[in-house]
Amino acid sequence: MAASPVGMKRFYGLLAAIAVIGVGLLGYQLAKPATVSIPANVVVQPNDTAGFHGYVKGAESAPVEITEYADYQCPFCQTFATLQMPTIEERLIKTGRLRWRYRDFPLQQHPFSRLAAHSAACADDQGKFWEQHEKIYEGQPEWAAVRDAGPIFRRYAQANGLDLAKYDACMSAGKYAGRIQASYDEGVRVGVSSTPTLLVGGRLYQGRFDSDAITRLVDSLAPRTSAR
Amino acid sequence: MNYRMAAALMSLIGLFVSAYLYLYKIGRIGTLACGSGACETVQTSQWSRVLGVEVALIGVVGYAVLLGVALAGLRPAQAERRGPALALAGLAGAGVLFSLYLTYVELFVIHAICRWCVGSAVIIVTILLLALLELRRVGSAGSAATRLAGTA
Repeated sequence: MAASPVGMKRFYGLLAAIAVIGVGLLGYQLAKPATVSIPANVVVQPNDTAGFHGYVKGAESAPVEITEYADYQCPFCQTFATLQMPTIEERLIKTGRLRWRYRDFPLQQHPFSRLAAHSAACADDQGKFWEQHEKIYEGQPEWAAVRDAGPIFRRYAQANGLDLAKYDACMSAGKYAGRIQASYDEGVRVGVSSTPTLLVGGRLYQGRFDSDAITRLVDSLAPRTSAR
Repeated sequence: MNYRMAAALMSLIGLFVSAYLYLYKIGRIGTLACGSGACETVQTSQWSRVLGVEVALIGVVGYAVLLGVALAGLRPAQAERRGPALALAGLAGAGVLFSLYLTYVELFVIHAICRWCVGSAVIIVTILLLALLELRRVGSAGSAATRLAGTA
């Protein structure tokens, strides 16, 4: 049955009211400030760094140690982490020849580097640093261009099985802002200016690396004792 | 208010619910207003995508199409035609089947219930019921018209 003009008018009025309310509610959600932000240039307190010297992977007895200064939002770091690290891990770290130390070096031009580093640090609280670290790097194309990467990192935390209440409390408190700043300051002190930068035996290596180059470097520093 | 109008209003509400979930999924909205972490559990699970497409985006497109069909069916020339009602019923039926599958996954695979998804399921079932009532109305109006024509 065709509706009367009055009925149609009422209907369109109701439709418009729902549209305005819906758009308003979504707009409000979109305009809300970022869920969490991690301050830069905080004053580093002594207990921020107490006993912490980066995230370490590999045997304590490994003859070579490489310290990587990296930024979660840097594309080269992402390529290195996702394409080269798995081979390095299989070939050198798991075989006990190399110990890897990861240090945060969040560059100022990347708005989510510090947030990403902090998300990984909060995951470390629950023993899931490397899982979160890998997810953040793998997901870089997904979060690098959004308005607020916090919810995406939180989603990764959930997918990694973290206790979200503890994770949220850690993120909201900015618990590791000082530690990240200390890591950055230390990088500056040793001469890091871009990412990724590797520190090996007191020497800095900047630029792009692949797993073969790292293998050659490790071979040159600690020759293999037997053919594999 | 006739059945097609009610279906259009329900489709618009469904469109906003899906848009809300989709904006969350792509990182434009912080946490979901859910009352528990269940919505996030569902939205972050591997089942929140079907064939590489976000389920919430499928919802946005589906409800937008339903809204378009319902509005088109309100034009005076279409008001007594069976086509728009059939299209509404077909689309809503497909939506209900999809919702049934998603609800099954929530209950028996993910073991978490997302209230917004339940809301969407209620909306799509309501649209299907409205479309079926509209089909019955158009069918009986058609038979009455045929009877009238026969007696004239």
